[in-house]
Amino acid sequence: MAALAPAQTHASRAQGAAFILKKALISAFVALVLFSLMIGIRTEAGPSGQLIYWTRFGELAAMVVTVFGGSIIVELLRQWWGPVGTIRIVPPSVQKALAVARRAIAPLLLVFTFLVPVIFYDQRYILDLAILVLTYVMLGWGLNVVVGLAGLLDLGYVAFYAVGAYSYALLATNFGLSFWVCLPLAGILAAFWGMLLGFPVLRLRGDYLAIVTLAFGEIIRLVIINWQSLTGGPNGVSGIPRPTLFGIPLTPGDDGLAARLGIEFSPTHRIVFLFYLILAMALLTNWVTIRLRRLPIGRAWEALREDEVACRALGINTTTTKLTAFATGAMFGGLAGAFFATRQGFISPESFTFQESALVLAIVVLGGMGSQLGVALAALTMIGGFELFRGLDQYRMLVFGIAMVVLMIWRPRGLIGHRDPTVFLKRSHAISSDLVKEGHG
Amino acid sequence: MSSDRILSVDHLTMRFGGIVAVHDLSLSAERRKITALIGPNGAGKTTVFNCITGFYKPSGGTMRLTHDDGREVWLERLNDFRIAKQAKVARTFQNIRLFPGMTALENLMVAQHNALMLASGLTFLGLIGAPSWRSAERRAIDQAKFWLTRIGLLDRADDAAGNLPYGDQRRLEIARAMCTEPALLCLDEPAAGLNARESAELSALLLSIRADQGTSILLIEHDMSVVMEISDHVVVMDYGVKIAEGTPQVVRDDPKVIAAYLGADEQEALAVMESGT
Repeated sequence: MAALAPAQTHASRAQGAAFILKKALISAFVALVLFSLMIGIRTEAGPSGQLIYWTRFGELAAMVVTVFGGSIIVELLRQWWGPVGTIRIVPPSVQKALAVARRAIAPLLLVFTFLVPVIFYDQRYILDLAILVLTYVMLGWGLNVVVGLAGLLDLGYVAFYAVGAYSYALLATNFGLSFWVCLPLAGILAAFWGMLLGFPVLRLRGDYLAIVTLAFGEIIRLVIINWQSLTGGPNGVSGIPRPTLFGIPLTPGDDGLAARLGIEFSPTHRIVFLFYLILAMALLTNWVTIRLRRLPIGRAWEALREDEVACRALGINTTTTKLTAFATGAMFGGLAGAFFATRQGFISPESFTFQESALVLAIVVLGGMGSQLGVALAALTMIGGFELFRGLDQYRMLVFGIAMVVLMIWRPRGLIGHRDPTVFLKRSHAISSDLVKEGHG
Repeated sequence: MSSDRILSVDHLTMRFGGIVAVHDLSLSAERRKITALIGPNGAGKTTVFNCITGFYKPSGGTMRLTHDDGREVWLERLNDFRIAKQAKVARTFQNIRLFPGMTALENLMVAQHNALMLASGLTFLGLIGAPSWRSAERRAIDQAKFWLTRIGLLDRADDAAGNLPYGDQRRLEIARAMCTEPALLCLDEPAAGLNARESAELSALLLSIRADQGTSILLIEHDMSVVMEISDHVVVMDYGVKIAEGTPQVVRDDPKVIAAYLGADEQEALAVMESGT
């Protein structure tokens, strides 16, 4: 666009405006035809059974104007978000402001997240919700390694979440190990299971891989249900120890943190502690993933997603590369699982259904595969948004579904679909999502 | 003479079910030379390539690669990525296989994967940002820059490979193969789809790779101007067997070769040649 002469840009902008106006007028006309009978005329049965009707032209006009205005806004949005090369009607100054806003999203979001416990200290509900959102952000970032970077479709991610949760729960209740010892153990065990799953499925691609991972997720759940002597079966594991601040429990007792600091005990302390714990874990996941992307292993993951045959021709061991992706993703899932167990204090197989896998996968796909910020935003929308619609009762799922469909029409490659290069000489250009492959298993 | 061979393929046979794609083929490629493999469509050239580069496991025969230091590798015993990693055989593809969503620079970085993996201490040193890793990464970027300069794409280093023009993609794929520091470079129709000027540039690039890097090159090519200009040795295949070999001049005048390309028998080909001259 920048290469075009100003006059030309102006002409194309005028053209674009005419196009949008035309589209809006057509939409308004369709609305007029449709609503003239539905809204414009109101009919009712009169007291003696006869039909009475009256007109509501005011409402009809309001409706048509809304459609007209709405369609202009929709079209403008689409042109702003749309693929490169569409005529952009939004003036450059606004575009620049939006670009700045876009770049500022991540730091602002991070600062806001840090301040959440300060702002909402008295609102237990919001704190709990924030912890839930952060858990899903971490799960999303973990799965992003497998699905987004390596392009391996994993429908059984919840299995590793379960492995992590049960590892902590069983180690803590049976051997009395502390959270901080169990956390890495849970990660290692989940990674181990990731490798175990990886070995047989690595020759599979695409749909077949998805089905096997789906089955693996179910197998883990069924084993947990049926291995009663170890896992307690459907009754789950209860009495899982709460995390301590490096040995100092967050309890009202004399040795508790509140007593030691000489402040009044409040149950909120523990919530705030859990909040910062999951925030730290999620940020660690993010940091490691960003770091890995710039290392040879991360580049090999992405290369594998782009073209597996070419990878082999370059001497890249595709088996170990896939295994490391699986293991890394599984490890983050396991860590999140350990956190889940310590937060709930009670776990049962019911928490690890396919629904969870699907939700995490939806977060990754919606966010834009491979994009860290996108996944965080998607987790916020999916989990937070779902809570937001609680007031709509039975329509909640419907509204949510519509929102997802609309989003996928607008942004088929997720909220943030473009890819940032991992290394650059002069300037880092974002790579359009049209070029980036999704991987095929 | 035989000590100078980098690759000797003996009695290579490749069967797909009942179809014999390559039958008892023997050929050799000399060190620091360009060997061309030509033949009509369906002659089995790409099958030979896929056997040499480990994408197919041959039904029979041996393939011996002799490195500069005298180390011998039997290619038919290696498979998959090990051919590229251990035997140092790099290849390009008939239909370009770059990583389209990665930049030109990233493509060349991926090619140096094995060396960089070691330098990053199997990721762990890299994760903590050890100085040894940082300097290794800088060297890898310099290496990539060197090749980007060689193929004239330094200005487009940060552009997605999928956005590059066709000819640039071809050259980038060759540069990517060269970044693996191969002993033998196998090119599958590198001039396909290039215009005359781009073909000439490609010839110059291949000759300079042979001269400067000392890499032996094995190429399949249909563009006879390229084959005749740069090859030191030409092997002609038809229906899975070798029908002629020798210098470009010898092969060009061989009636069997002309017959194979014209789809006629030898006598007819001789008649055509005589009437032409």
